[in-house]
Amino acid sequence: MTVAPDEPRAPTRPAAPTAGTGLRDALHAEWTKLRTAPGTFWLVFAVVALTVAVSSAAAAAARCPATGCGQDPTKVSLTGIYLGQVAVAMVAVLAMSSEYSSGMIRTTLAAMPHRITVLAAKAALLTGLMLAAGALAVLGSLLAGRLILPGHGFTVAHGFAALSLADGPVLRAAAGSVLYLALIALLSLGAATAVRDSAVAIGLVLGLLYLFPIVAGVISDPHLQRHLQQIAPMTAGLEIQATTGLRSLPISPWAGLGVLAAWAGAALLAGGLLLRLRDA
Amino acid sequence: MTTTTAAPDRAATRAERGGFSDLLHAEWTKFRTVRGWVTGMAVAALVTVLIGLLSAAGSHTSCNGRPCHFFYPVGPGGEAVTDSFYFVHRPLAGNGSITARMTSLTGLLPTASGGRVRAGQGPRSGMHPGLEPWSKAGIIIKESTRQGSAYAAMMVTGGHGVRMQYDYTQDAAGLPGAVTTASPRWLRLTRAGDTVTGYDSADGRHWTLVGTATLPGLSSTVQAGLFATSPAYSVTTAQGLLGMSGTGGPTLATGVLDRVSLRGGRPAAAWSGTAIGGGPTAASPVQGGGYHLAGGTFTVTGSGDIAPDTPGGAGPGQTLDRTLAGAFAGLIAVVVVGTMFITAEYRRGLIRTTFAASPRRGRVLAAKAIVIGSVTFAAALVAAVVAVPLSSRVLRDNGNYLYPVTPLTEVRLVAGTAAVLAVAAVLALAIGALLRRSAVAVTVVIVAIVLPYFISVTNLLPAGADQWLMRLVPAAALSIQQTIPNYPQVSNVCSVGSGCYPLVPWAGFAVLCAWAAAALGLAVFLVRRRDA
Repeated sequence: MTVAPDEPRAPTRPAAPTAGTGLRDALHAEWTKLRTAPGTFWLVFAVVALTVAVSSAAAAAARCPATGCGQDPTKVSLTGIYLGQVAVAMVAVLAMSSEYSSGMIRTTLAAMPHRITVLAAKAALLTGLMLAAGALAVLGSLLAGRLILPGHGFTVAHGFAALSLADGPVLRAAAGSVLYLALIALLSLGAATAVRDSAVAIGLVLGLLYLFPIVAGVISDPHLQRHLQQIAPMTAGLEIQATTGLRSLPISPWAGLGVLAAWAGAALLAGGLLLRLRDA
Repeated sequence: MTTTTAAPDRAATRAERGGFSDLLHAEWTKFRTVRGWVTGMAVAALVTVLIGLLSAAGSHTSCNGRPCHFFYPVGPGGEAVTDSFYFVHRPLAGNGSITARMTSLTGLLPTASGGRVRAGQGPRSGMHPGLEPWSKAGIIIKESTRQGSAYAAMMVTGGHGVRMQYDYTQDAAGLPGAVTTASPRWLRLTRAGDTVTGYDSADGRHWTLVGTATLPGLSSTVQAGLFATSPAYSVTTAQGLLGMSGTGGPTLATGVLDRVSLRGGRPAAAWSGTAIGGGPTAASPVQGGGYHLAGGTFTVTGSGDIAPDTPGGAGPGQTLDRTLAGAFAGLIAVVVVGTMFITAEYRRGLIRTTFAASPRRGRVLAAKAIVIGSVTFAAALVAAVVAVPLSSRVLRDNGNYLYPVTPLTEVRLVAGTAAVLAVAAVLALAIGALLRRSAVAVTVVIVAIVLPYFISVTNLLPAGADQWLMRLVPAAALSIQQTIPNYPQVSNVCSVGSGCYPLVPWAGFAVLCAWAAAALGLAVFLVRRRDA
């Protein structure tokens, strides 16, 4: 008799944990998809490799002939972020849009009808993945800068100490660059969720990143130029790398990263809303 | 027998020819019936115009809150020129010649600590001896003392030996090396009709022809005499995102000339000194210019330049290619559409139907390239034709000075920009066919075209490295937008941000065409070998 009341309860028991661990299941499912997609490994590898390679090349090309050469060694050794972010954007765009191009999204949403959970799981995984890859890329770049730059005039005699994470501004630049890459991933994920097609999404993201500074470069009005630099996701976001001449920056380092975070948040919000409202 | 074999051959070729036009028609139908692609092209044209307008609207030039009244002399070829120097002259009627011996060229530069010559401190305080490579002094025959009038001159320069220069843009080399009292330079200009011939000599007896200038419509009475001038000194002290900061200032050059002889009709016998372009409104005012004559020896001092005016120099002028700044936004849209034109077929499986209908895959790719190239060219041409006059009008209304260009250059700017977008679309198509994945293909093409330009404009790399980058990558094609040529006789920081590219326009465009052709060739090869 005691068994009988348990009988009808049995089917509800699996249901209750499902609601509670929805995010954990979603994370597991999304991680499996991300891990097994053919391009992910190579793209994450490319994030690290491109960043370190371009940073090393920039460090090798930089020269500081005398004191007051106006160079920022931290910024020079993190130049590779400009290219590395492209691979980050691709990972994030493909994480969403490849589901649309293969039709997988219908299976995903049938299995997990709570669509925002799917997006949140993808966002969380991409953030974690990019924080890890970004940390590797940034540390590799700074190490390359530390080894290469003193040979090119960035010496104590010219007023530059060797790059070290124990130095407050350098640590801020390094940590900020890692966060920057993670925010670029979120911005790209939001854009890809909103427009669904991978080509359009990547075009949109790269346009957003590169066009602002190009347009700002041809505007001669200094006020308007400054405003454009303050709202541009890449220009404002990468001010986090500056360690010298902080007063002349169009926007302070952390505020600049905040601007990028706002762009990423807006993209995720737009993507999330469209994902909820639209048919898959 | 021969007639029976010939007939099917002819029929076959006709069928093939019909086949290709059918293929073009099929690809055109595919393009125009996909709403997203047509929208993408329209967006490309629209953003090209709008961003050009936005950047024009955001560029104001004013002088103390009032609109500026620029006076830019225009040379005989229609180009903006700098024409500021100290001129010791007398009239020369009809044919004749002027000869002089130059024994010294010295100069003054601003001090290295960025010491600009300030008005209150007297003209020469804060300067130290030194010469700019293009400081110059010598003899000149000039139409009149009006700025921008035709001239031919023989001169000794600070770092480029003896030169013959005429009509601002022309430059020919003579004897190399510096001038000293021990090794003077003899200079001679001979005028015969519209032709002025320049000679130099180390000893005054053995003369060498340096160059022949044709100055069309030269008046019968011209001004002949001695001159000295020296361009502004500038050095880049720091570079970074969005611009370089530099220091510099006006410089002075002093030439010492003797044994001056003028042959030909001389209506007035006295020498007179004029500071050409020495008014307060001039871009590079003559500071402390003048001349001194003692015992047949002239000491002439001047500042300024006799050369084409180029962007990034002293003047606040803007180049016409600013009006097409939006072409980058258009380019990104065009690259997305060009890639999807083939990758969408792979994604939807339509490519199998396409190849089943026309098994010659190379021809399918060729038809696609022709369709996407033509459509892009047409859309971009419309955008450029609208953007250039519209934005240049807004720029002028905002008080900006636009460097004058010849109509031919304007046509090159407009049609060339459209051609760059068209070839970029073909490149995107080829990369799309190679990689078959939209996101990867779009990224590769955008990184190849927009990123190097971005790196150059924002001075992320040292100057030498980014000049090489802009020679090799597809972005080199943007040199087709350069409206003011690079002149070797003007020392100027050539930066992409000021509209100056390391390659000449058509060579840069050829670099992009080579990339597109190579990518398309590889795509045809791979598409033939691979399963669809």
